[in-house]
Amino acid sequence: MLEKTEVKVLDKVVVRFSGDSGDGMQLAGNIFTNVSAGIGNQVSTFPDYPAEIRAPQGTLGGVSGFQVSVGRGVHTPGDSCDVLVAMNPAALKQNVKFLKPTGVIITDIDSYREADLKKAMFRTANPFEELGISQTVLEVPVTAMTRAALADSGLDNKSILKCRNIFALGLVCWLFDRPLESALHHLKKKFARKPAVYEANAKVLQAGFDYGHNIHASVSVHRINTDDPRPGVYTDINGNTATAWGLIMASEKCGRPLFLGSYPITPATDILHELAKRKDLGVKACQMEDEIAGVCSAIGASFAGNLAVTSTSGPGLALKSEGIGLAVMAELPLVVIDVQRGGPSTGLPTKTEQTDLMQALYGRNGESPLAVVAPASPTDCFTMAFEACRIAVEHSTPVILLSDAFIGNGSSAWRVPEADEYPEIKAPEVKLAEGERFVPTARDEETLARPWPVAGTEGLQHRLGGLEKDIRTGAISTDPLNHERMVEIRRRKIENIANNIPALEVHGDADADTLLLGWGGTYGHLLTAATELCESGRPVAMAQLRYINPLPANTAEILRRYRKVIVAELNSGMLADYLQAKFPDVEIHRINKVQGQPFMVSEIVAAVDRINSLNTVAQ
Amino acid sequence: MTSEQLTDNNCCAAAQEFKAADFKSDQSVRWCPGCGDHAILNTLHKAMAEIGVPPHRTAVISGIGCSSRLPYYMNTYGFHTIHGRAAAIATGFKVANPEMTVWQISGDGDGLAIGGNHFIHAIRRNIDINMLMFNNKIYGLTKGQYSPTSERGFVSKSSPYGTTEDPFIPAELVFGARGNFFARAIDVDLETSREVMVAAGRHKGTSVVEILQNCMIFNNGVHNRYADRAVRADRTIHLHHGEKMIFGADGNKGLVQDGFLLKAVTIGEDGYTLDDVLVHDARCASNFLHQQLAMMDGETLPLAVGVIRDVDAPTYDESVTEQVRQVRAHKGFDCLRSMILAGETWTVE
Repeated sequence: MLEKTEVKVLDKVVVRFSGDSGDGMQLAGNIFTNVSAGIGNQVSTFPDYPAEIRAPQGTLGGVSGFQVSVGRGVHTPGDSCDVLVAMNPAALKQNVKFLKPTGVIITDIDSYREADLKKAMFRTANPFEELGISQTVLEVPVTAMTRAALADSGLDNKSILKCRNIFALGLVCWLFDRPLESALHHLKKKFARKPAVYEANAKVLQAGFDYGHNIHASVSVHRINTDDPRPGVYTDINGNTATAWGLIMASEKCGRPLFLGSYPITPATDILHELAKRKDLGVKACQMEDEIAGVCSAIGASFAGNLAVTSTSGPGLALKSEGIGLAVMAELPLVVIDVQRGGPSTGLPTKTEQTDLMQALYGRNGESPLAVVAPASPTDCFTMAFEACRIAVEHSTPVILLSDAFIGNGSSAWRVPEADEYPEIKAPEVKLAEGERFVPTARDEETLARPWPVAGTEGLQHRLGGLEKDIRTGAISTDPLNHERMVEIRRRKIENIANNIPALEVHGDADADTLLLGWGGTYGHLLTAATELCESGRPVAMAQLRYINPLPANTAEILRRYRKVIVAELNSGMLADYLQAKFPDVEIHRINKVQGQPFMVSEIVAAVDRINSLNTVAQ
Repeated sequence: MTSEQLTDNNCCAAAQEFKAADFKSDQSVRWCPGCGDHAILNTLHKAMAEIGVPPHRTAVISGIGCSSRLPYYMNTYGFHTIHGRAAAIATGFKVANPEMTVWQISGDGDGLAIGGNHFIHAIRRNIDINMLMFNNKIYGLTKGQYSPTSERGFVSKSSPYGTTEDPFIPAELVFGARGNFFARAIDVDLETSREVMVAAGRHKGTSVVEILQNCMIFNNGVHNRYADRAVRADRTIHLHHGEKMIFGADGNKGLVQDGFLLKAVTIGEDGYTLDDVLVHDARCASNFLHQQLAMMDGETLPLAVGVIRDVDAPTYDESVTEQVRQVRAHKGFDCLRSMILAGETWTVE
C-alpha cells in the first residue's frame, strides 16, 4: 500500500492533538500512544487540558491538547511537535506555537466558518496568514468526510460529529504507518457497551486512513524506529496508575492489607479511581468527607495494622498537615501522595509544578521531620510508591511522595515486574523479654524505628497520641530534657533512612565540571538536555534526586565533585535553597520555571549555556 | 495476624469473664477532683467487662479535650489523636480491622464544633463505632469558652456579654444525619450510664451516647435544672424499649400523643388513663417520635434518658468488607501481576 509513498525513517516524532475539550482529543491521543507502544516504540505523553469540563465550544479557553512523543530514546513528550492536529481555529491559534518550523498542520477546514473564527478571536478571514503560518497545512474536510462515512449509520448528527476525532486519528495512523487493527482493538474496548458507536468509529477510522492514502502526494509517511527494550511483558501506564500499583505491590510485599483514605482532587483523583477498582485485589479505598478525613482515616487504618495511604494535591496536603504531624508524633507508617499542581491556593488545578517541596519538607507545626521522595517519570511512580511504603514501614514514619500533574497524567510503556523483583518489606519486630510490657517507645537500636503491631494482638495493647511521650515508658511527659531527646530521636530516625536507600547516580558526562541537578518529574527533560549538550561538545553531568529527605548518603560527595551545580526545577528555587543551606560551600546556580508547564529541553540547554558562558566571562 | 486468627481469639474469649479492672491501665487519672469524667470512666470499665470483648480486641480513640484523655486510662489499644478528628480516625481503624470493637470518646467542642463534619458523616455511613460524647456545654481544657452546645446568652471568657448564637442539640444532628442509635445519660446516674453504654456496645452501627457531664471548674451545675436529685424524677424520663413512658417522683406522669406533638400528663387527671400513655419503641424505623423524645429539654417536657433509638441497618465496615469479598469471588486476582497480565499487554522477546 505504501510502495508509492515516500517513506522517511525517523528516531522519534511528536504529535499534538488539539481541539475543543469535548472533541475527544485525549481519547485520540491515548489510542495513538497505545498503538505506538504496542509496536515497540517508547512513548511519553503530555495531556494539557483546561480546568473547565466544558468551556464554551470553539473558544480559546476550551482548547484541550494531548501531546505524545513516540520512537527511540524518548524521555519527554517533546518541546515541539512534528504534526499538529487542530480540530478548529481556536485550537490552531492556541497550539501553533508548539509546532516545529518543519512541521505539518492537519486541520478540519469545515470548522472555519465566520462564526468559528470570531469565537477564536481572529480579526481577518484568513487565520493562517494572520498567525503567520509558514508550515505545511493540510486542510482536511474532517466534518464533511465523517458525515459522509456515517451517512447510512442511522446515528444522529450529534453522535456523528463526535466521531471527528477518530477520523483525525485514522489520518495520523496513516501518516505514521500505524496498524489499524490495534487502534480498532482499543476502540472496541472503549465502546464495549456501545456496539453502534464502535461500528461508527471503526468506519471513520478507516475513512481517515484511506483519506491519507489517497492524498499521499502532499506529505511523507514516516516510519519510526523502535528501541530494543528488555524482554518481558509490557503495558502502557500513566503515573497515577503506576503509583496505585506500586502501593499494591508494597502491600503484597509487607503482608499488610492496603487502605486508602482519600478525597477527590485534580490531578490526583485517578489514584483513588484505580484503587477503588482494585477491590478485586482486596484493597479498601474509602472516599472520605474531606481531605482531613482522608489522612485521618489512613492514620486510623495504620494504627489498626493496615498499610495506609492518602492521596491528594497541594491544597489537600495543606489540609492534611495536622494529621501528618500526628503520624510523625505517633511514629506510624503512613504514605501521603501529593500529585503537585500549580499553586498557591486553587492555582492552576490541571497544570504541573514542583512548588510543594517546602510544604512537604516543613509544612507542619513543631520539629516534625519526615521522609520525602519524588518519582522521576510515569513508570518510576511505581517504584517510588513502593519505596515510600517500604520507608514508611521499615522506619515507622510518614512519607510524602511528591508526584506531579505532568508525570501523573503522562504515560509510558512499562515492563511488568516479576514477583521477585521487589524486596520483602519488614517492620521492626516486637521484642519482649519475659514479663516485659510492650511500650510504644520501644525501638530498633539501629534504625530507631518503632515496631508496628497489628491491633488485636493479645498482650500488645498500647496507647499512642499526639502528646509528647516519655522516652522509656511511652507515658505522657512534659519533661523539658525528655522532649529534647525525643525531638533528637525523631530527627535521627529520619536521617538513618539514608542508610537504606540507593546512592545518587550521575548520568551524562560524569567528568564534566558542571552538574545539572533536578528532582522528581523533570528527569526526562533534564536527561534529554544533558544528552544534547554532551553530544554537541558541551559536556555536562546530570543527576536527578528521587530521595529528597533524607538525601542519598553520597549526595554531598557528588555535589562537591563539580565546580558548578545547576539546579533546575519548576518552582522559584526550593531545592536549590534546601541544598544551599545544607552545603554552603557548593556553587549553586538555578534554572527556574513557574508557568504551570513542564520544561522544554531547549530552555534547559539555553539556560545551561547562559550560566556557563556568564561564568566564563566572569572569570 | 490474619482476621481468621482474630476471630478465633474472639471465640475463645467469648467464654472468658472480664472484670472492670481488666480494662484499667496503670496510669493515674488526671482529671480535676469531682469532675464527672471520673464516674464515666469507672462506668465504662464496668460496661466493657459486661459486654465481654477482651481488652486486646478493644480500641478507644479520642480527639482533644478533657474527655479525650480517657484512652490513657484504658488497658486496651488506645489513641489520643487531634482535635475533632477522632471519628475519621476511628472510621479508618474500624474499616481496616473490622474485628476490633471501637469506642470513640469526645466532647461537645471536639465532636460538634471542630469535628462536626466527621461526626455527621460517621453517622451517615453507619460505621460500627460507639461514640461517647461528654456534653458539659463548655471548653474546659482551654479554660472556659462557650461551646456549640452552650445556651444563647451564655456568659463565658470568650462571650463576656453573652453568646449571640443558638446551640446545637446533639440528638438533632444525629437524626439529621440519619443515625440509628442514640442514647442519653447523666454522669451522676451510674446505672443509666452503664445501661446505655452496654446497649451502645451491643448495637451494630454508629451508636451515639450523649452523657450530660458536669465541669466543676468552668460550668458547675449546668445540668442541675434536671439532674439535681431533688428534681430529677420529675424533670427526666427514663425510656425503656417496650415500656410505657412513665415518669415522676410518684410514677404517675406519662407522655401522650397530642396531635403531632408530645404532651406530659398526670395519669388520672384531665381524663387521661394509663392506656393513653405511649409505649416506647426504640426499634421503630421511623425516627419521627424518637426525635421528639430526644428534643425534650426538661422544661415543659421531661428530658429523656436511656436508649431513645436503636435500629439495625447495614454498617459501613461490613458493607466494605462484603463488597471486597463479592468482587474477589466474582473476578478476584491472586496478585497484582495476575491483574495486570489480564489487561492490555504485549510481550517483547
